[in-house]
Amino acid sequence: MDFREAIALALEMLAANRVRTALTMLGVVIGVAAIILLVSVGEGATAYITRELVGLGTNLLIITPGKTQSSGGFHPPVAGTVRKLTYEDAVALRRRTTLLTDAVPLVLGTGKVRYQGVSRDTSVVGVTPEFQRVRHLYVEIGQFVSDDDVEGHRRVVVLGRTVKRELFGEENPLGQFVTLADARYRVIGIMERKGVSLGFDIDDLVFIPVKSAQDLFDTDRLFEILASVGSAEDVDRATQQVREVLIRRHGNREDFTVTSQGAMLSAFTTILRILTTVLGGIAGISLIVGGIGIMNIMLVSVRERTREIGIRKAVGARRRDILWQFLLESIVLSSLGGVLGIGVGAGAATALSFLFTYLPTRVSLWSVVLAFGFSAAVGIFFGVYPARRAAHLDPIQALRYE
Amino acid sequence: MRPVVKARGEKPALGLTAAGGEPMMAVEEVWRTYQTGASRVDAVRGVSFRIAQGEFVGLCGPSGSGKSTLMNILGCLDRATRGRYVLEGVGVESLDDDALALLRNRRIGFVFQTFNLLPRMSALRNVELPMIYSGLAREARRERALEALAAVELENRADHRPSELSGGEQQRVAIARALVNRPAIILADEPTGNLDSRSGEEILGIFRHLVDDGATIVMVTHNPRVAALTQRVIEVKDGQVVSDARTGDSPGPAGSRPGPEPSPERS
Repeated sequence: MDFREAIALALEMLAANRVRTALTMLGVVIGVAAIILLVSVGEGATAYITRELVGLGTNLLIITPGKTQSSGGFHPPVAGTVRKLTYEDAVALRRRTTLLTDAVPLVLGTGKVRYQGVSRDTSVVGVTPEFQRVRHLYVEIGQFVSDDDVEGHRRVVVLGRTVKRELFGEENPLGQFVTLADARYRVIGIMERKGVSLGFDIDDLVFIPVKSAQDLFDTDRLFEILASVGSAEDVDRATQQVREVLIRRHGNREDFTVTSQGAMLSAFTTILRILTTVLGGIAGISLIVGGIGIMNIMLVSVRERTREIGIRKAVGARRRDILWQFLLESIVLSSLGGVLGIGVGAGAATALSFLFTYLPTRVSLWSVVLAFGFSAAVGIFFGVYPARRAAHLDPIQALRYE
Repeated sequence: MRPVVKARGEKPALGLTAAGGEPMMAVEEVWRTYQTGASRVDAVRGVSFRIAQGEFVGLCGPSGSGKSTLMNILGCLDRATRGRYVLEGVGVESLDDDALALLRNRRIGFVFQTFNLLPRMSALRNVELPMIYSGLAREARRERALEALAAVELENRADHRPSELSGGEQQRVAIARALVNRPAIILADEPTGNLDSRSGEEILGIFRHLVDDGATIVMVTHNPRVAALTQRVIEVKDGQVVSDARTGDSPGPAGSRPGPEPSPERS
């Protein structure tokens, strides 16, 4: 029996039991759809984070206080004896390294911003003028923090879009005074709208000069130093320069961590890849359950068609003819389920990213190919046993079967 | 009834001569023993006979006589436990399952009491079934299946499913299926058992036409009236041949000589 004919026969048999075929297929459809959907969520998240991290500014180095052992990860600055990073550290980095284009000291805190009885809890970032360049966040109206503002400990503030809207509405805030922890700050600028990135509302920030921030939070420490490197090839050497400068300044102790944007990116993507694999694996289990459904229904089918098998054997079907007939049926069943599942999964993934914009999804070719291959493999694996049973039926008993 | 010649226009492959020479099939001291646990049942006990090309043989006996078992062995659906079965000069007992399947496909046509048509397929596709396993191209299959259906006067029923056909028509489809690969022998197991007498006679008429055209037919029946329509009756009882005789009215064109003496041996 040639292949095309065998496929046609399999389709015909499946069409003869529409409801049963549909229900059996549903198991595979759900399994494959789950794989496609979950993997697409993982892939989408990876793509999203990559895009956002790259959007933060390329060739970024993040210097945080405290030493962590591994160099690849992203670590909160809590481990071990933490020695502070200071404003002077940042200045020294700017002066004594050749490969850094900028080194921005950052102070981060939270505070209540008030204007005429309206107040809002927000994040306060102490910055220097270079912050705009390094993070690609620019002022839109008015001006950003200047060097004079930093050196003069001036109480000036640049508002993020959300903060401006909440406090001032349509009113022009430039030149107005807001209260930040009992001190009055003059509004000198408004940032351009950026939206949410990595779950963080960048418009819900206020920027003040870094030294003013240190005054405000009564500290001489920095949250971190953001440094940018001229080109990607120089990142490793720049990291080395940063370490040399800071070790010398810190009494020959490496009590800080330099994380490159690339290292952070790969740390994130590694985590997400693991997550994606685990999710896909869990979905794969449901596909196996679908496969068991196929085996079950094929066993029923072999029993029901015992007489047919006997007739076919009587007119000259060999064992392998019967084996292939039933195996093809289960493969066609699971593959059709796979194709449908890919459609459903991809549809659901697309719908998901429309409904929840913070949950980006991406249906990748490899997951489609993998899911289809897996579903076909399930058909083969769970089809072999029923097909072998059919092939090994004794023709005499099969013919006598009622 | 239209001449059936077309359906089996050629003589069987091995060029057996009708009289004398090698028989179409020879059964020699065949035993079939079923072993279930400790109990042993001898369904066929040392049966021997020969059937020449062109014979129309009735295989008779009460139920449980072993005639069905014998039929299964003749049809290469089962193997003898002991003894030899030679079909067209080939010792069947030495063949593997695939070779037996090939023999059933090419050299044997089955007609069953319950017709055994595939219910979901049209008459035409049922007739095509054996040719699917002999690897014939679609067009050739269709053409030959239509020819075979025409031979049993059912060409206008080609697209009907078995459930849309009468019992006699179904059996004629089954005969067309048995003929379509031009087998050496047609084995019919109670072919009229499920039919009213008129349809039964129709079927027997077709068989006689086929024999007139040179076909070899072995028909199992427990109905003496039906058996009487054949040329030679082999009677089986308790797994043994109790009589083997030519019926009176048969012209016997093809020699049936080499059959063993009608022997009520051992009982």
